[in-house]
Amino acid sequence: MEFPEIVKQIEAAFPEAAVSVDDTAGCILIASENWLAVAEYLKTDPGTAFDALMCLTGYDRGPEGVLGAAYNLYSMEHAHKLEVRIETPRDDSTIPSVAHIWRTADWHEREVYDMFGITFDGHPDLRRMLLPDDWEGHPLRKDYQIPDFFHGIPVPKDKRGWE
Amino acid sequence: MTTSEAIRKNFGVVEAEEMVLNMGPQHPSTHGVLRLKIRTDGEIISHIEPHIGYLHRCFEKHCENLTYPQVIPYTDRCDYLASMNNNHIYVLAVEKLMGLEVPERVEYIRVIMAELQRIASHLMAVGAHGLDTGGITPITYTFRDRERILDLFEYTCGARLLYNYIWIGGVSHDLPPDFVQYATEFLDYFEPKIVEYNRLLTYNKIFIERSADVGVLPADVAVNYGASGPVLRGSGIDWDLRRNDPYSIYDRFEFDIPIGTGEMGTVGDSWDRYFVRVREMEESVKILRQALARLPKDGDVHAAIPKKVRPPEGAIYFRGENPRGELGFYIISDGSPKPYRLKMRSPAFVNLSVFSEIATGWMLADIISILGSLDIVLGEIDR
Amino acid sequence: MSSFIDTIVDFLVRLLGIPQGAAGFMLILVAVVLGVVVFLFTAVNALVAVYMERKVSAFMQDRLGPMEVGFWGFRGGKRFWGGIAQTLADTFKLLLKEDIIPDKSDRKLFILGPFILYGAVFCAFIGIPLGYGMAISDFNIGIFYVIAISSVGVIGIILSGWGSNNKWSLYGAVRSAAQIISYELPVGMSLLLVVMVVGSLQFHDIVAWQEQHRWFLFHSPFTIVAFVIFFLSGVAEANRTPFDIPEAESELVAGYMTEYSGFRWAIFFLSEYANMAVISLMTAIVFLGGWLSPVGGLLRLFGVPEGWYYLDGSLWGVFWISAKAILFIFIMMWFRWTWPRLRVDQLMYTAWKVFLPIALLNIFFVGIWELIFA
Repeated sequence: MEFPEIVKQIEAAFPEAAVSVDDTAGCILIASENWLAVAEYLKTDPGTAFDALMCLTGYDRGPEGVLGAAYNLYSMEHAHKLEVRIETPRDDSTIPSVAHIWRTADWHEREVYDMFGITFDGHPDLRRMLLPDDWEGHPLRKDYQIPDFFHGIPVPKDKRGWE
Repeated sequence: MTTSEAIRKNFGVVEAEEMVLNMGPQHPSTHGVLRLKIRTDGEIISHIEPHIGYLHRCFEKHCENLTYPQVIPYTDRCDYLASMNNNHIYVLAVEKLMGLEVPERVEYIRVIMAELQRIASHLMAVGAHGLDTGGITPITYTFRDRERILDLFEYTCGARLLYNYIWIGGVSHDLPPDFVQYATEFLDYFEPKIVEYNRLLTYNKIFIERSADVGVLPADVAVNYGASGPVLRGSGIDWDLRRNDPYSIYDRFEFDIPIGTGEMGTVGDSWDRYFVRVREMEESVKILRQALARLPKDGDVHAAIPKKVRPPEGAIYFRGENPRGELGFYIISDGSPKPYRLKMRSPAFVNLSVFSEIATGWMLADIISILGSLDIVLGEIDR
Repeated sequence: MSSFIDTIVDFLVRLLGIPQGAAGFMLILVAVVLGVVVFLFTAVNALVAVYMERKVSAFMQDRLGPMEVGFWGFRGGKRFWGGIAQTLADTFKLLLKEDIIPDKSDRKLFILGPFILYGAVFCAFIGIPLGYGMAISDFNIGIFYVIAISSVGVIGIILSGWGSNNKWSLYGAVRSAAQIISYELPVGMSLLLVVMVVGSLQFHDIVAWQEQHRWFLFHSPFTIVAFVIFFLSGVAEANRTPFDIPEAESELVAGYMTEYSGFRWAIFFLSEYANMAVISLMTAIVFLGGWLSPVGGLLRLFGVPEGWYYLDGSLWGVFWISAKAILFIFIMMWFRWTWPRLRVDQLMYTAWKVFLPIALLNIFFVGIWELIFA
């Protein structure tokens, strides 16, 4: 199925779900509160049958903008792709977890939580993935300030030697 | 399957008090600095919790402060056993974002390098899996042959491990004179060696006992977890990005996609994953022979290299087949010379997430063997 | 026949004209000297075997092995003696290393462990003849003694594994206990068959029987089976690949010796190689005619009359038994550098469900064989 048809099918099933559609990039922006239902539909519906989640990327639209997550879905059966984006306000960022639908999302959601601080509701084990458990802040946010000290060790900020 | 069910199914033992064992980050067989927190019931593992991040080098954060060409050496260091493939797929992603066409010769050179690197990486995986099951000798032989590939790389670009060879729009150096001859000589030398590995390790009775029926990954679980590469194909799914989602010029070559058949045990066991790698080396040899034969004789490999790499605004997810599986780059560009956001979807990261699912309920010795069959590279998992 | 030690004491007493009362003192002196000799034998054995192991593994792996350290003109280079002093240098390094005893370990057990292990192997050497009349003490229950005393070593392994207070060491110790206890049985059963045929537990009697009849390896089809079971179980008792699960380096780091370093670690190695030597010597004596020359038997096959060609005798005996033992040590190394390792349950399966039933059946069948043919 081509991208416009998939979008049509989603819009037929969930009239209010799609916030915006970007035809050139082939991506659809879905409201956070509808995401869980849409995800289940995309996985189970025989027409779409998105059984694999290729990638889950968190992103930050700038210090004043929103946080978001991009889900790249793929169907092994129909060999079609779809990119779904969910955006969420910066100060209270929550996205429903899809880890029980696609287990790939389990670790990827932890990673996004680690790097962007987006909370995934319903995730079985939302802990930091790559950084130490006691790390402060979420480094890939655009407004992240590099700390002066880590556990009392000064963080070198003088880049003359290596930049 | 719950833990106790798995234990009963596999071994049928009585309950006993459990011991928490911290395996790694300093352990000879965790393939780097993976740390596994395991609960053991005697020899049997009842719970596994992988802890990663000991090798985290802020790759994605770095990329936001580097120009697109500057990112290439960093992709080398992510998967240090398959640097060429990482270069290749990253560069293809950026080229697709820019809409850049590259000369024919460059495409062929890239495919030759990528397939040589795939053989090198699989050699390492095959040898290390033997090492994990206790056979020390196979890795010395696979290393001997990997060395020849590294020599070819050194001859081409001067580096043996981290190449920075494939550039946006071209490659850093043209092939040296006689490269085709040397590469063909290597292929002629290498093909019979695969038989040698099979005699030494693949069909060894003890090795089969240790890896057949162990760590079975069913096909639906593999897809659901997003496993890719030999791990997915070992589960019997005929799926390879080089054919199913062709990129570069892979659609021009004829090659088979080996899948796990359950020859020695169940489909999707450690032995299948291992053997898929062995047979993939043969397929890579096939691709290499075709590519070397059809390599255009002339053409400037620097012709298409852009002066300024400033992709237009937009986002792209591009994926390719790395020796470990589906390597994807999600790049958001804001029109500046630096990526706004660059996410690397590393295959080993996803393949490792399936580990606790398939290894629970097996013995301490088995989880090492299963880990070896997943062929993880921590540099890529932790990025 | 009298044993080696008595012969020497008698000889010295007569030579020096020592009064009868001081003979006991002489006995102690000779015993101490012989103890030192056994220690030196194990030490030299370890030195040579480690060098051999490194060279064998290197040649099997398309490498050169140690190439640099030499002495007395035996310099390195691509010759077989390249690096001949490597293990000597390693020994000095190990002896000079810091003796680390972990704080949280059980100090007494930690120190005691390696010595019990070595003590067991050391005692086993007392009963093993290295040639005709060359046993320090040739017990009339020789086989029984050697098997019994060499399994005492497992206590040392358990103590050091437990005393290290390290989970990997504990794993190694427990695995080792299970393994050695299991493989005692097939070893015992396959030797029982030989004892049954000969009617004696004494090593000299066994060799004498083989001299009169034929080597046990060629005695009957069942003795071939017994030989295979005995040798493989012996490999398991010596903790060698494919049965090296107690120290499985890819799983347990180093098993029971994880926490040891320097001198104490060297003792573990000494014991391992001494153990290999014990197993190989036993195999040579019991199944391959010990110090008997293979030349005579071979020539007799071709109809050459008996006479000068035997190459038998005391010194030749030492040569033949060493050659046979080295062959078996080489085979053990060959195993190690070719095969992967079994898992612990497969190991137990092999012992209890394969080796033991076959060994028991073997005893039955060899009894029938003896009734028919003997």
